[in-house]
Amino acid sequence: MSFAAVQRILGLLLTVFSFTLVPPFVVSLVTRDGAAAAFASAFALTLSIGFISWLPVRSIRRELRLRDGFVVVVMFWTVLSTIGALPFILADDPHLSITDAMFESISGLTTTGATVITHLEVLPKSILYYRQQLQWLGGMGIIVLAVAVLPMLGIGGMQLYRAETPGPMKDSKLTPRITETAKALWYIYLSLTIVCGLAYWLAGMSAFDAVGHAFSTVAIGGFSTHDASMGYFNSYVIDMIAVVFMFLAGVNFSLHFVAFRHRNISGYWRDSEFRFYTLLLSSVILVTVLGLYFTQTYDRWQDALLNGLFQAVSIGTTAGFTTAEFYNWPGFIAISLLFSSFVGGCAGSTGGGIKVIRLLLLVKQGLREITRLVHPNAHIPVRVGSKTVNSRVVEAVWGFFALYVASFTVMYLALAATGLDLMTAFSAVAASINNLGPGLGGVGAHYADMHDPGKWILCFAMLLGRLEIFTLLVLLTPAFWRK
Amino acid sequence: MKIIILGAGQVGTTVAQNLSNEANDITVVDREHALLRDLQDRLDIRTVHGQASHPDVLERSGADDADMIIAVTNSDETNMVACQAAWTLFHTPTKIARVRAPEYLSHPALFSQGSLPIDVLISPEQLVTDYILRLIQHPGALQVLDFAGGRVRLVAVRAYYGGPLVGHELRTLNEHLSGAAEARVAAIYRKGAAIQPEGHTVIEPDDEVFFVAASANIPAVMAELRKAEKPFRRLIFAGGGNIGRRLASSLENDYRVKIIERDEQQARRVSEDLHHTIVLQGDAADEDLLLEESIEDTDVFCAVTNDDEANILSAMLAKRLGARKVMALINRAAYVDLVHSGTVDIAISPQQATIGTLLTHVRRGDVVMVHSLRRGAAEAIEAVAHGDKTSSKVVGRMVQDIRLPPGTSIGAIVRGEQVIIAHHDTEIESEDHVILFLTDKSRINEVERLFQVGITFL
Repeated sequence: MSFAAVQRILGLLLTVFSFTLVPPFVVSLVTRDGAAAAFASAFALTLSIGFISWLPVRSIRRELRLRDGFVVVVMFWTVLSTIGALPFILADDPHLSITDAMFESISGLTTTGATVITHLEVLPKSILYYRQQLQWLGGMGIIVLAVAVLPMLGIGGMQLYRAETPGPMKDSKLTPRITETAKALWYIYLSLTIVCGLAYWLAGMSAFDAVGHAFSTVAIGGFSTHDASMGYFNSYVIDMIAVVFMFLAGVNFSLHFVAFRHRNISGYWRDSEFRFYTLLLSSVILVTVLGLYFTQTYDRWQDALLNGLFQAVSIGTTAGFTTAEFYNWPGFIAISLLFSSFVGGCAGSTGGGIKVIRLLLLVKQGLREITRLVHPNAHIPVRVGSKTVNSRVVEAVWGFFALYVASFTVMYLALAATGLDLMTAFSAVAASINNLGPGLGGVGAHYADMHDPGKWILCFAMLLGRLEIFTLLVLLTPAFWRK
Repeated sequence: MKIIILGAGQVGTTVAQNLSNEANDITVVDREHALLRDLQDRLDIRTVHGQASHPDVLERSGADDADMIIAVTNSDETNMVACQAAWTLFHTPTKIARVRAPEYLSHPALFSQGSLPIDVLISPEQLVTDYILRLIQHPGALQVLDFAGGRVRLVAVRAYYGGPLVGHELRTLNEHLSGAAEARVAAIYRKGAAIQPEGHTVIEPDDEVFFVAASANIPAVMAELRKAEKPFRRLIFAGGGNIGRRLASSLENDYRVKIIERDEQQARRVSEDLHHTIVLQGDAADEDLLLEESIEDTDVFCAVTNDDEANILSAMLAKRLGARKVMALINRAAYVDLVHSGTVDIAISPQQATIGTLLTHVRRGDVVMVHSLRRGAAEAIEAVAHGDKTSSKVVGRMVQDIRLPPGTSIGAIVRGEQVIIAHHDTEIESEDHVILFLTDKSRINEVERLFQVGITFL
């Protein structure tokens, strides 16, 4: 481990990312909402911290090793979350406590979308914009963005990329060079965002809302500029646009890449993960809509259909937008929606959860054991599509699943121990680790009523979920630090 | 450039390593997951798993827009078929393949565009054999590299006390040399660091000096830098494989050659192939065997088995027992650094001998020869100048007016049959072959750009 090399990269990254505070600063100047000073000082602070940590070690020219990659990624996420909290603390309005600001910032960057702020409408425009932008940056991954814009990361870029990208098979590159891959991912991400924003705008959102919601939709985040989330617009067209883009953003971006490159969409359907994702999401939609219809939650069947569809996609992809108070829906529907968020998006998408491909592999592995009972001597490879999956990947998926469940349980118990009721504790941890956002019970609409220790536990859960457990936990093992 | 490398063996790995540092898009194909994973961890490349010659594997590797395919799997047949598939299905412009078996190589008609469409055949064994041959023909040289079909050579030597030029300024070199002999020092390495040679640079003992001269003048130049060495007479090669056998067959008429081969069957086969060579069956690291074969009177002991450790150890043993010069063939780059200029006089890296041939085809501009030096850090290239004074940045200019990147020097110019050693006032003409030495390979882009002809020429 070379701390100097890690420090150099971190300093560099911070310096570059301090410039992401410029757009909200500009928004603040334009709208004269009084938050400009907060952004200016946050920008100056970040820039100087980054520059000062980079300066003494700028001449260190060493490639990052595998271990350094983990440290850089985890450090960068935590440092950036901390620094991202600065505007919330410095601004006169909302002027959050440190805990609240950290929670809001981590929730933004990890694309969770859980908020502690109520009465969003009265906040300065620039703060609202800044929250949406946080989600957008976190969506495709800040490290992936860094790899795309900083070619000097070199081979170390691959180590960083692997520590951040979601999914069990991280070696599959879209292009031979990592910088090109990262660029391709961001181009796709950017184009989706632009198209989504235009669609929102044409459907009647104001330009400000359209941009903000495009950011958080394509990032599968869930922040909104209104307390009522998507429900504020009260437009089925907007809801359906959101459904389409949440669905697209939950698909593996390499499929988008292939489709774009070959100008051919047949690749989507050939992909087993995509088929399974569609199947799962359709079942969730079906169950929700039928559930709403038969429990007569809504008087009109159209409302049941549209609200059920929107909520199922929003929760299933882990975005967490709401058009209705789904946490007040009949218990079975609410909890089954929450469970669907455990699956989340596909590998290599912006969605959270354990990822569709992992579930698919777990299911196949389970089926294999059943076949083995019938044919004890058979060799049965685990296949995805027509390709056999390396047994190491299958093992890693099991390990991941076990750790996911274990982390979930520990944090659930910890939260319950702080005195929360079980439904609130359970759903809050689930919504955080899956990067979903809204939970059930006391955390349905917002997290403002949660006490401070609970918020810190949830912050950890959100980071754990976004960095897919391993990257964060490996830093907590003694073996990692042993020379 | 988009390049597909088939085979992640020793050659494939080295090529990938060298090329990926130069902003090329590299895809490596192999059948071994473990090899690919290892490469992927270290290099910024893409890997594809599968049988290299299968069209679907080639397609997955991006063959439809690849500029070059380098087939270096360990099977000649796979390499040949892969090139055929790449040409027929994807029209890949440049196809390079390693073909080892002399049975194929002896029929050049096989490799024409109409039959097996392979543009460049490389045979690492042949390249290594030539490399060692040149070293044996130039006693005292650390490295001898050919340019312009062997008319010009770049030679690396270590300067010693007693060489007439050692302790003197470089500008006196051509005064020392008698008659028409001329040479130019291209680079000097002192304690591992490159020094830009100027007229007033003083050569110190133990410097590694690279100079360029016409082939015939090389012994005279070397005699300036160290006491002239007696030509070699008695040679022992450890290992009767491909390389050992080729070496022996080309040297046995002029030298007294012995081969030590461990395997009895192989020893018999080699002895049947060769006429004047004594083939010994036994272990090259067997002290008694070496003593019995009067190792103390041997001029060169050269270990060329396919086992790095055995090569190094037997060479060290031979040196201790009194062999005059020992050389060892070493595949692993880390070992090359380890033994270089230690007990073992010369460490020969087959990858480095091979990579130059491949780099020749990757370089832009009209580059006819590339030699990779000092484990890839430096490079010597032969480039052809085209165009005229308006379209080219080199033609019609004197050497001192060409804006070379730092660490780069022009060693010699070959004009038709004539070899001109570069002076500051030598003017370069169109179609000249210019031999350059770069101590810092990362400047290669700037050199490439120098030799590219401007748009106006078209």
